[in-house]
Amino acid sequence: MSISKTGTSRRTILKGGAILGGTALAAPHLFIRRAYAADYLNAPTGSTVTFGFNVPQTGPYADEGADELRAYQLAVEHLNGEGDGGMLNTMKPTALKGNGVLGKKVEFVTGDTQTKSDAARASAKRMIEKDGAVMITGGSSSGVAVAVQSLCQEMGVIFMAGLTHSNDTTGKDKRANGFRHFFDAYMSAAALAPVLKSEYGTDRKAYHLTADYTWGWTQEESIKAATENMGWETVATVRTPLGAGDFSQYITPVLNSGADVLILNHYGKDMVNSLTQAVQFGLRDKQVNGKQFEMVVPLYSELMAQGAGENVKGILGSANWDWKLQNAGTQAFVKSFGQKYGQPPSQAAQTCYVQALLYADAAERAGSFAPCAIVDAFQGSDSLDGIDSASNKGFVFDGMGNGQTLYRAADHQCFKPVLVVRGKESPKDKYDLLEVVDEVPAKDVWYEPDNPMFAGGELGECNNGV
Amino acid sequence: MDQILLQILNGLDKGGAYALIALGLTLIFGTLGVVNFAHGALFMLGAFCAVAVYQFLNLEQVTLDPDNLTPWGTPMEIRVPYIESWFGETGAAILNFAVPLSILVAIPVMLVIGITMERGLIKHFYRRPHAEQILVTFGLAIVIQEIIKVWFGANPIPIPAPALFSGSADIGAAFGFAENAISYPWWRLVYLAFSLAVIGAVFAFLQFTTFGMVVRAGMADRETVGLLGINIGKRFTIMFGIAAVVAGLAGVMYTPILPPDYHMGMDFLVLSFVVVVVGGMGSLGGAVAAGFLLGILQSFASMTEVKSIFPGIDQIIIYLVAVVILLVRPRGLMGRKGVMEG
Repeated sequence: MSISKTGTSRRTILKGGAILGGTALAAPHLFIRRAYAADYLNAPTGSTVTFGFNVPQTGPYADEGADELRAYQLAVEHLNGEGDGGMLNTMKPTALKGNGVLGKKVEFVTGDTQTKSDAARASAKRMIEKDGAVMITGGSSSGVAVAVQSLCQEMGVIFMAGLTHSNDTTGKDKRANGFRHFFDAYMSAAALAPVLKSEYGTDRKAYHLTADYTWGWTQEESIKAATENMGWETVATVRTPLGAGDFSQYITPVLNSGADVLILNHYGKDMVNSLTQAVQFGLRDKQVNGKQFEMVVPLYSELMAQGAGENVKGILGSANWDWKLQNAGTQAFVKSFGQKYGQPPSQAAQTCYVQALLYADAAERAGSFAPCAIVDAFQGSDSLDGIDSASNKGFVFDGMGNGQTLYRAADHQCFKPVLVVRGKESPKDKYDLLEVVDEVPAKDVWYEPDNPMFAGGELGECNNGV
Repeated sequence: MDQILLQILNGLDKGGAYALIALGLTLIFGTLGVVNFAHGALFMLGAFCAVAVYQFLNLEQVTLDPDNLTPWGTPMEIRVPYIESWFGETGAAILNFAVPLSILVAIPVMLVIGITMERGLIKHFYRRPHAEQILVTFGLAIVIQEIIKVWFGANPIPIPAPALFSGSADIGAAFGFAENAISYPWWRLVYLAFSLAVIGAVFAFLQFTTFGMVVRAGMADRETVGLLGINIGKRFTIMFGIAAVVAGLAGVMYTPILPPDYHMGMDFLVLSFVVVVVGGMGSLGGAVAAGFLLGILQSFASMTEVKSIFPGIDQIIIYLVAVVILLVRPRGLMGRKGVMEG
């Protein structure tokens, strides 16, 4: 057992000699490689660069994932100079030329998150290790986003989050290698509160039903704080298991609880079911405390609105983006998406498309795909107009559908106007389900990075993976 | 008090669905001795019968409107259901009653699906261990789910109840409670009545027809019935079909309560198995009783007052009760001796 454990054997010396000799021969080559490639994981060596699109292709959010994938394919086309260019024509500033990224043609691989954290990590890992993806993007759940983001941090690639709305993604679970364009639960609450106040008044009693996981908790915490601030009373907050299906046993206690507003902190199938059933139980037609009973869905999505059908009519909520917005970026994107797929894009599609373009632009500006170079490119010293704060610093861009937007350096979170939307009373077709009630400016949804709802995490150091 | 009554109603309603699925499960187990994990998929297929009928009735005539353009430059589409443009108000009324009408379609469809399933796949596994039966039926369930997902997508599809049954019934007023103290959606009351009717029909069929008598005899002693020259296998196949119809009907009528998606069967399957085990493997009465019992218990456990004492109790109550009942009565509430014990 102890033979030659510390001593140097003849074999070791021979091996060392061989390695030295090899290194000497390869030296010129090695120096060239180091300048570009070898200092970060999956540095592209050929004429192409590989992006990894990690979206739910099976499971309850498969339709949302399919829409994300459509957006990514469109983004790849536009980056490579195919099609009409979409937002490449409207984004400001931009270093993109429509000839790929850093002269390399963009290729992509896809993974299936199944909306499960472990499956999402496995597919991301596979794309990084086997397919050589230099960045990972996508997803439609905060649980997944947090899990994949920390994996990307450990492995040393960039993560551009897809649809994730929990405060934690850029709060206590933020990572240097991770970036989120989508808005968060705090912003939803901040945007909704004034509209709720003007529509429903300050004397209201709210009942919360909340999905029992990271997103639900932060959503409840945010909207509860915002509504209590304007004088509403919280009657009860009830946690419901994810995927409960039948919510009747949670809805009947609302009927005679004295509450006159029901806030559904649910997403996806849960929201479709709880809203449908709440309407069936006659909540929307009820009069309580001399007031019309109201329901609020803090986070809306088009696909959910389709699932809930008639029941979304008149119900207020918030959204990151809507295809009916009248700005140049939105119109360019909707036009190329509509022409290619015959339907308008969802907000999930928009955030994913924008994330892919922003990543490519950052790489172009940085002159490298190295994660730390990308992180530097997003740092910047620009600031949003009208916000007086030391943390109002980062990379500012415009023309991507949301108006002037800041990628904040302190937590890698985007700040931009937030939409308050309402289920349309008489939709023209199945895509025309939500109407934009208000575009709340970024300064009204602003928070400091050390806000208690976001505190507790550190960005840490960027990781190049070698 | 009103809260308790409401939760009992909720429990009866949910229990109705559990009981219908568990009844089918236990029918199959009692007759063929197969543990059918694809039974949830049959429930889901029933729901999608309603979706198919609804979508068929809603087939739309598409005309292009050249004056209105989409944001991407193609003409806007005007969609009118054919049935409305052909039959006017009668058409609209048919559309309105799509869910009850689906029952007529679901009965033959589910019967054929059930019998095909039994003849095509499950009969080859009668002599295999239960573990293999579970694996093959579970696999089948996944295949069926994926087929439905390819066809109908992963998103839930809303199916409205007939307008006649929308809104809530103020049942409290009839029993001397304050106005609107106990109001319950009409459709859920219809569902409860419907499930009771189906359960009653199945029991009457088994109890009062010759066919049912033979089946009951076969469940008690298959070999002897076979020796009497009765083709019991054929009758058991038909019972499988009937069990499929029962699950399918439960699914059809459930669509307005829960917008169906490809996964809804699995959500019910696990609970239904607990119901069967608690009721007693092979006991039809036990399955029905346990279905309603567990439905009501689950509803009570979800009450805020209960949850404040035992947080999270709503998610485990059913399993907790199952453990206790199995400890006290290892064969379940009404289990017979010798079932799954050999």
